[in-house]
Amino acid sequence: MARITAGVGCSHVPAIGVAMDQGITGQPYWEPCFSGFEASREWMKKAQPDVIFLVYNDHCTAFDASCIPTFALGCAPEFNPADEGWGPRPVPVVRNHQKLASHIAQSLILSEFDITIMNEMEVDHGLTVPLSVMFGEHGLEDTWPVLVIPLAVNVVQFPPPTGNRCFNLGKAIRRAVDSFDEDLNVVIFGTGGMSHQLQYKRAGLINKDWDQLFLDRLTSDPVGLSKMPHVEYLREAGSEGVEMVMWHVMRGALDEDVVEVHRHYHVPASNTAVGHIILENKTGLRT
Amino acid sequence: MSLKKEYDDIPGTFVFDADRSREGYQLNQFCISLRLQRNRDVFNADESAYLDKYAMTPEQRDAVLKRDWNGLLMLGGNIYYTSKLAANDGINFQELAGIMTGMGSEAYRAMMLGGGRSPEGNRYQHEWDEKE
Repeated sequence: MARITAGVGCSHVPAIGVAMDQGITGQPYWEPCFSGFEASREWMKKAQPDVIFLVYNDHCTAFDASCIPTFALGCAPEFNPADEGWGPRPVPVVRNHQKLASHIAQSLILSEFDITIMNEMEVDHGLTVPLSVMFGEHGLEDTWPVLVIPLAVNVVQFPPPTGNRCFNLGKAIRRAVDSFDEDLNVVIFGTGGMSHQLQYKRAGLINKDWDQLFLDRLTSDPVGLSKMPHVEYLREAGSEGVEMVMWHVMRGALDEDVVEVHRHYHVPASNTAVGHIILENKTGLRT
Repeated sequence: MSLKKEYDDIPGTFVFDADRSREGYQLNQFCISLRLQRNRDVFNADESAYLDKYAMTPEQRDAVLKRDWNGLLMLGGNIYYTSKLAANDGINFQELAGIMTGMGSEAYRAMMLGGGRSPEGNRYQHEWDEKE
């Protein structure tokens, strides 16, 4: 039987990918950002997931303004890293567990989550940066050590889905995974954030207290946290901080009680507060 | 439209909602076309001719040609789209923020290294009005 054993929350700042691709992660600017992921890479070797279910958003790359699905599930056999305007990242093609993805798609729709099915899709830094920070450098000739099922969430055009909807979607994803009969260890990623605003005169907003409380409440009050209204993200965590709704999908897919095994927080990476957390179900990492 | 916009009192911020998306559609579709090198080549060879393919307003077109980054946002552009035009010009997100805030690259970068812009005094429009 397939099982979701753990969740990872992680920022997906594009500049982090650029720093890894250029090999400058040891520079004084970047060292404190990357040192917080060393323990995560060790944890990943221990966790040994077969599949990552990766919740992220596309940044006007694979999706233009002509079609804006709220939830789009990647069901293609593989996903190429996209050219976002400065050339594709030199990282491996992302391979899917296509049968599990199709199974989840059907299960979600029958659970009344009317997702969009993507049979062709490119993926941008929102998906590849979390893989890079958690698995380290992998070049074009290499392969990622896991299969990845992407779920793209619209957080560009307001309103994104509510935190509550995301949390409940996470629960439905968990039921779908639980009902798949192949023996698989699945880890779910919720990505984006933390506080940041990229645009106009308030650009550069960072709210460390808000971010830390958000990380705390993932274990102490996940349901209450998922009820936070959109306007609070916009006001307190910046207009692009609303990406944090995607973390609730990850949290909803885990047990009610989880153990926080790692946390990292650093300001800045470019315009953004980097936040990262690893949460394990108490039933342990093995399926 | 009867949906109340409770986010309109956040200072220095455009929330890219359905109204902005409708207004900025052609502008944003132009911007995303620059994601691909072959389109960037055509645009850079003759900007004006390339812009003829998109039914933008004269104000939007002018803002593109003048690289009026805040003007683009006011006219319905979204930062993830306008950043494609910036990338074409060799301007990254942090440099673009330096321009949009009026701080310049160096001061903006220093602010970020110092922990970023505090939310204190930056949550409500009236807090900005009182400063002026």
